Amino acid sequence: MHQFLQQIFSGLAAGSIYASLALALVMIYRATDLVNFAQGEMAMFSTYIAWTLVNAGLPFWLAFLITLAVSFAGGMIIERVVIRPVENAPVLAAVVVTIGLLLIFNSVAGWIYSYTVQDFPSPFPDRPVFGALMTTRDLGVIGVTLLMLVLLFAFFRYTPVGLAMRAAAQNPASARLCGIRVGRMLAIGWGLAAMIGATAGVMVAPVLFLDPNMMGGVLIYAFAGALLGGITSPIGAVVGGLIVGVTENLVGTYLIASQLKLTVAFALIILVLVFRPNGLFGTAVVRRV
Amino acid sequence: MEKRFAAPESVTEGTSAAAAANTWRWIGIVALIVIAAALPFGLSKYHVFELTMVMIYAIAVLGLNILTGYNGQISLGHGGFFAVGAYTAAILMHRYGVPYWLTLPPAALIGFALGVLFGLPALRFEGPYLALVTLAMALATPQLLKYFDTWTGGQQGINLAKPTPPAGLGLDRDRWLYFVALVVLLIAIRTAANILHGRTGRAFVAIRDHPIAAAAMGIDTAKYKTLAFGISTLFTAVAGALAAIVIGYVSPEGYSLFLSISFLVGSAVGGIATIGGAIVGGFFIQFVPNLANDISDAAPWAIYGLAMLLFMYTMPRGVVGTLWPRIVKFVAARKIAAQFAVSQREGR
Repeated sequence: MHQFLQQIFSGLAAGSIYASLALALVMIYRATDLVNFAQGEMAMFSTYIAWTLVNAGLPFWLAFLITLAVSFAGGMIIERVVIRPVENAPVLAAVVVTIGLLLIFNSVAGWIYSYTVQDFPSPFPDRPVFGALMTTRDLGVIGVTLLMLVLLFAFFRYTPVGLAMRAAAQNPASARLCGIRVGRMLAIGWGLAAMIGATAGVMVAPVLFLDPNMMGGVLIYAFAGALLGGITSPIGAVVGGLIVGVTENLVGTYLIASQLKLTVAFALIILVLVFRPNGLFGTAVVRRV
Repeated sequence: MEKRFAAPESVTEGTSAAAAANTWRWIGIVALIVIAAALPFGLSKYHVFELTMVMIYAIAVLGLNILTGYNGQISLGHGGFFAVGAYTAAILMHRYGVPYWLTLPPAALIGFALGVLFGLPALRFEGPYLALVTLAMALATPQLLKYFDTWTGGQQGINLAKPTPPAGLGLDRDRWLYFVALVVLLIAIRTAANILHGRTGRAFVAIRDHPIAAAAMGIDTAKYKTLAFGISTLFTAVAGALAAIVIGYVSPEGYSLFLSISFLVGSAVGGIATIGGAIVGGFFIQFVPNLANDISDAAPWAIYGLAMLLFMYTMPRGVVGTLWPRIVKFVAARKIAAQFAVSQREGR
């Protein structure tokens, strides 16, 4: 029983990372209607920026804040330069372009930082708490994710920019008529998503260690989470990410050897899409013919 | 909106200008086949091997073109089906002593069956979702190959004896395999052309361009989409089996996400809704990463990434999809001009 609870809690910690990345995916999907396959590699690149800053001697949290700012700017630039030209193109063009971005980020990171695995410092001490049910590190990761969620919720609910972004995502034409600069809102959406991804990367790096391929598995689990929650629902993304994290941990401990980790994610994605294509919280998109 | 990826217009209309273009096309095709048959005698063994791989990749990319280009179903996981073909051939040869040429039909059958099985749930996944599912499949493929190690030899893979060429032809092994691949490629191209230029192909394209209108016209979209999946994976699995025979070795690391993405890049570069583009794609996949490797380990990925962005922005129909219609137009325009000149002279 004790082991079972332990697995659930460490699953929640992993799940909150999937949840963050899933949230980033959902934000981009809602804003620009495309699935960003490069989200994981963007997060990985942000993590390398944080790593460089920490190695340069900056205190961890300062490095983290700078990374967030850089990622935000980077996300906006990517939307402007790379994504804007294919915004109204067929799905295939958008998929190919984001896969291209994935490759570019991966190789540039490999080029600059090499493919050797690096240690990444954890901002939280690693001590068992609550009768060894959790570690302080897990607690820290979950805490940071929750804080981010609250901030995001507040941003979208209580700020004029957040309101404008929701409008731009919901009905771009009408939003434009109201004087909202839709293009800029989309860019901000990408910036925010990059920032959320950076948080996920920095939180997961102490566990997975830092290398250019570290986010591949995380991205697939995040996709599974986003689909499970419903790719149109931010709350769904978080719940879905957490469920996927716990499931992955339990399945890995009790059912299937961990070398089939990605296969489990693959099966999960298929199951969700076959049996509940709109996810737990998503709304069915009704299209007019 | 989907027009940017439309297939080049059919050139088989009855006008004399189009007929001229058609004649030129046949002359070109025959010339290409003659060159392809003559090439191995003027090249070193290694270059012959490289060209054999070009043709094998071309078959795989052709498979992807049928599914993604003509039917609009995006697959990032064709490396997985390539692996299925490769391991089918390897296991049959290694465990059961089946001669290499007899492994191609079972590889084709298994490829088709798996494609249909995969295509059935894929009916419910649209656009980016299918891309996502197949991406997950591509990532899971090496793991699965390692896991079922009693069959696949796990991490070590399977070493295969290289086939012996039939005596009396005077061909060495590499040149013989080159011709085997060439024949399979020609059959594949002819089959693809027959399927795509007929009723089935028009149904594929109609479903891609407007699924609802296609259904309204009485096309059984579920049947044709599943069929497209099966045919596509059949091609790719056959290519995989050929690759296993030619390389003489299979191992899980050879079938990573990189392979699946290679097919997509080759497809996009050559022209995703073309048949000839597959050959351009084959050249790209075989030679570009090798050249790039001289620069840095990371360079092949970077060049693939850049190629994907550049082609989507500047040439979304790929090399063949962009150039071929222009050639047809040019030839047709000259023919019409010549006819006009003749009719002027005769005073009609």
